[in-house]
Amino acid sequence: MAFRPLLSRTLGLTQTLTHSHNLSQLRGLQTFSLPDLSYDYGALEPAISGEIMQLHHQKHHQAYITNYNKALEQLEDAIAKGDSSSVVKLQSAIKFNGGGHINHSIFWKNLSPVSEGGGEPPHGSLGWAIDTHFGSMEVLVQKINAEGAALQGSGWVWLGLDKESKKLVVDTTANQDPLVTKGANLVPLLGIDVWEHAYYLQYKNVRPDYLKNIWKVINWKYASQVYGKECP
Amino acid sequence: MVVAVAAAAASSTWLTCALLPRQGWLHGIQQPTPSLQWTNKKRCCTRKAGSTITAKLELKPPPYPLNALEPHMSQETLEYHWGKHHRGYVDNLNKQIIGTELDEMPLEDIIITTYNKGDILPPFNNAAQIWNHDFFWESMKPGGGGKPFGELLQLIERDFGSFEKFVEEFRSAASTQFGSGWAWLAYKANRLDVGNAENPRPSDEDKKLVVVKSPNAINPLVWDYSPLLTIDVWEHAYYLDFQIRRPDYISIFMEKLVSWEAVSSRLEIAKARATEREEEEKRKKEEKEVGNSDNQAVEMFVDSKSDDSETE
Repeated sequence: MAFRPLLSRTLGLTQTLTHSHNLSQLRGLQTFSLPDLSYDYGALEPAISGEIMQLHHQKHHQAYITNYNKALEQLEDAIAKGDSSSVVKLQSAIKFNGGGHINHSIFWKNLSPVSEGGGEPPHGSLGWAIDTHFGSMEVLVQKINAEGAALQGSGWVWLGLDKESKKLVVDTTANQDPLVTKGANLVPLLGIDVWEHAYYLQYKNVRPDYLKNIWKVINWKYASQVYGKECP
Repeated sequence: MVVAVAAAAASSTWLTCALLPRQGWLHGIQQPTPSLQWTNKKRCCTRKAGSTITAKLELKPPPYPLNALEPHMSQETLEYHWGKHHRGYVDNLNKQIIGTELDEMPLEDIIITTYNKGDILPPFNNAAQIWNHDFFWESMKPGGGGKPFGELLQLIERDFGSFEKFVEEFRSAASTQFGSGWAWLAYKANRLDVGNAENPRPSDEDKKLVVVKSPNAINPLVWDYSPLLTIDVWEHAYYLDFQIRRPDYISIFMEKLVSWEAVSSRLEIAKARATEREEEEKRKKEEKEVGNSDNQAVEMFVDSKSDDSETE
């Protein structure tokens, strides 16, 4: 889902390419680039500070992409040479960095400024599904916040859809594991990054306050779109 | 504290167990290894109305003022890292263990017990993080850095090739611990690399220094290693001062903060402990052999038909 716009943008990449990067394109290896935000870094204040948004996007997400591209290039070489040891050894780098790219690409779409509807609860089928599965939006928010706060170390808390059973689920993943690692049928509707880098400069150790405030800028329109595609 | 409430709400079954002294954490769980010398204390105290029972863990301050590591590690970082994170682990563990068998146990015993051979119980995270942070503050000092000396330097050169190679390996472990966790220099004695297997032919070569990394709260105590040095690579340890630049944080730690005196004294203790254990195991083995030979003597007396009998 999130990849198609990224790939089409990649094909138009220009000045920042290195020589080896050009060769990769010639060989057909898709490389990835940092997706733009559809809002300014400061537009989510006071829920999330502009300082955090800029670092998070320009440094953290970019680093995942850079390392993901590098790992993919190394993987392609290893596959071509039949170097199974290297193929297996590269899996963790691909999972960490590819997962980081996947998760953050979704995350930026999960947020929007209040002026553009951030925080407005979902109407339509997703709103109805939330009430059916959880009782109410308040209960869902409480559940997500409790799981997000209790997560030890680094990870994500998700609202997902099981596309087989059509049920909504709340789940967490460790580190940069994408939601699909918890179930092949799980489609992420909404993910909240609870790595410390996502909130520390503003909220310090008080992760529960970050979780409480982020709902003011959650973009339910995107979540509804994704839901609507799976449950027309 | 909201986090504790949330955690409790998410896992109410163990919290209920914790209020029943006879059951609780050790119900159905194997005892820790004999070397920890934990005994099953009877809970003989009665709760009088109006009296409060408190678990006794306290937050230990670093062995220097909170601004003493400036400019390499800011006072602000210490205020949050020690004053909020470390303090939070202490407060939360006390709430979790009060009224249970874990209460009044030494911290290291709580860690091993709740690690539960990998099937981790809820108090583990708090207990291990308390220990890890105590160890971390004591691994640093104002005006730290430089090189190790004496026997520690000798062992480092023996087991890593050179001090520079050790630093390279330690930095690599610290930078590649993905997500939250720790990097360690540890002393490993007579432990094979396979799980908790006993080394059948221990030798001096099995005693060596190793660099290891661990995720989240896990530490080398659970592998029966002796930790000598640690660096915290949870983001909260460096984010205020370095943001995403973890490699810079690691460099500053090595160049300006490490207390090699602390590492040396821990090495001495670790070696002494290893020797003590060896002697105890040797003694046990000898007792067992004496026991066996006693049995054989009984059989010889019973069998009087043997040619070795003294009667003609």
